[in-house]
Amino acid sequence: MSYEIFLQHLSNGIALGSLYALIAIGYTMVYGILRLINFAHGDIFMVATYVMFYGVTMFFMPWGVAVVVAILLTGALGITVERLAYRPLRNSPRISVMISAIGASYLIENLSIVIFGGRPKAFPIPEFFNHVSHIGSISIPRANFFIPVITFVALVILLYIVNKTKTGMAMRAVSKDYEAARLMGINVDNIISITFGIGSMLAAVGGIMWGIKYPNLIPLLGLMPGLKAFIAAVIGGIGNIKGAVLGGFLLGMSEIMIIAFLPSLTGYRDAFAFILLIAILLFKPDGLLGKNVTEKV
Amino acid sequence: MKKLAMLLVAVLVLSLMLTACSAPAEEEAKVIKFGVFEPLTGANAAGGAMEIEGIEIAHELYPEVLGLPIEVVTVDNKSDKVEAANAATKLVDKDKVNGIIGSWGSSFSMAAGPIVKDAEVPALGTSCTNPLVTLGNDYYFRVTFIDSFQGVVMANYAFNELGATKVAIVQEISNDYSVGLVKFFSDEFKRLTGDEDSILYVASYNTGDQDFTAQLTNIKTLNPDAIFAPGNYSESAMLIKQAKELDLNVPFLGADTWETPEFIDIGGDAVNGTVFSTFFDSKVPLTPESEIFLKAYRDKYGKEPASVTALAYDGYILMRNAIERAGSADPNAIRDALAETQGFDGAAGVISLDANGDAVKNAVIKTISNGEFEYLTTIAPN
Repeated sequence: MSYEIFLQHLSNGIALGSLYALIAIGYTMVYGILRLINFAHGDIFMVATYVMFYGVTMFFMPWGVAVVVAILLTGALGITVERLAYRPLRNSPRISVMISAIGASYLIENLSIVIFGGRPKAFPIPEFFNHVSHIGSISIPRANFFIPVITFVALVILLYIVNKTKTGMAMRAVSKDYEAARLMGINVDNIISITFGIGSMLAAVGGIMWGIKYPNLIPLLGLMPGLKAFIAAVIGGIGNIKGAVLGGFLLGMSEIMIIAFLPSLTGYRDAFAFILLIAILLFKPDGLLGKNVTEKV
Repeated sequence: MKKLAMLLVAVLVLSLMLTACSAPAEEEAKVIKFGVFEPLTGANAAGGAMEIEGIEIAHELYPEVLGLPIEVVTVDNKSDKVEAANAATKLVDKDKVNGIIGSWGSSFSMAAGPIVKDAEVPALGTSCTNPLVTLGNDYYFRVTFIDSFQGVVMANYAFNELGATKVAIVQEISNDYSVGLVKFFSDEFKRLTGDEDSILYVASYNTGDQDFTAQLTNIKTLNPDAIFAPGNYSESAMLIKQAKELDLNVPFLGADTWETPEFIDIGGDAVNGTVFSTFFDSKVPLTPESEIFLKAYRDKYGKEPASVTALAYDGYILMRNAIERAGSADPNAIRDALAETQGFDGAAGVISLDANGDAVKNAVIKTISNGEFEYLTTIAPN
């Protein structure tokens, strides 16, 4: 394999990896604060893409407006799911909430099949992203530049919110002990809603970026990316935001490299992600960046 | 409390035993049931939806046979082989249909094959083209040609029209149709070029994959003259789009699964200029039945039908015709009548079934230009 081809594979891997990272950040944030693996995260991400589709094709919104609408509506959806499916179970054993999350995931998926129909839809991609840049002999579609940048911006903003703002301090307090936080005068319900809102909005951004790269919209769109984002979050250390980004890049890169170097194993592309998950859980269950005690979120 | 629970369990168990005593099935049949077996959700949803359109039109035009109304029972095989087996079982065991029409997707028809054979219910494939659907199965027939012909058609197109001498292939490895078609294409292409190495590379992907950049980057280094990538429409559209983004500007060839509106929607500008083989073009009506079908479809939907819609329409009317010829709704009698089908006028051409139950028909080659399907030519089997 020549150097240029390897660089092209690297570029493709970075793009895919940053997409997984973007989705994983939302996943891991919710876990970090609530100890809840929100299995519905992937489906919330799917809903954002459909909102974009209908916004542009049915309501004729300009693309930028549709983005804002999608992000806000998806945030609202996340908060609604929390209120209906997770809040009533706050005092129940953790397993109940997890099962409720699985149930919420199935509900959203199957509602989408009924409401949106099974036939795939094409995500509206603005002309801006149709441009392909060339560095040497490497082709880089414009989206491949934007996605890693947006991922890092999201990472920085999230770390800032969590570590440097009062709300973030409240979030960290809630994650440590929510009864004590409530006794300290923190409105736990609001904080949790805010957490879900931010997580879902991140999922929406991830969904829009995903739609730009892979415009095939189906109701089960969120299934695989949601699972892979979960794996990425676990690899990096669930609850650790920087870990999620690292895990996402690792997963995306290795997926591309496996096909690049071992094309006969293409069929095992998804299986490889799960093998990685099992390996991490066996050998380093706290993930690569592990439990960061001072920075649990 | 415990006694109450025991009583409840006893009642439930007894009622379970009673469900087995349903009314005997051999009473006077008031209706003739056609089972329709298509993917309504999942990766192949668009294909199934288009075929159902054809069946609905046929049902509206011909709602009766032998003086009895025809009831269409539809099940969704969810683009999944396991679900396909379940769906077929439901049709033969629970709904007790007289005949089955479907499916888009050779894998699902193949999954249903043993079930219809055991239940002795005839099935009529609409657009499934893998030879294995009907091979060795006396109960499965189809209204379309098979991939041993389609692969040859595309290989000849690549060699003669494009002048290609080396070709790369991308197959959808989890799809029997794609794998089979690739094999027929490769064998014929190697025969035409006389070069065992004319197939430079065979890349694979799974149904549902979204990213093909790794496979395409590998292919780009080999400089093929053309790429043959028969696979599901949404994966293929994204594949071609990503190829253009990687500056892999080589003609893409495909087959009948590309003829869906979604292929153009998702592929956008990138799929202009691709060429594929299919079954029918509405600009070239083949029989008087074609005119009837086209008029009914255009009146109802205001647009041109896809080939598979015409094929599904043919599936319905041929099944109905077989019942008329058999003079009975007995599945075995229908099967025998189907096996004898010769010179039947269908919307997508004249149907004559050979010993395997396959139709011998022409292939139509189409391309996409300016976001629309465009007819190129017709190829007859020789």
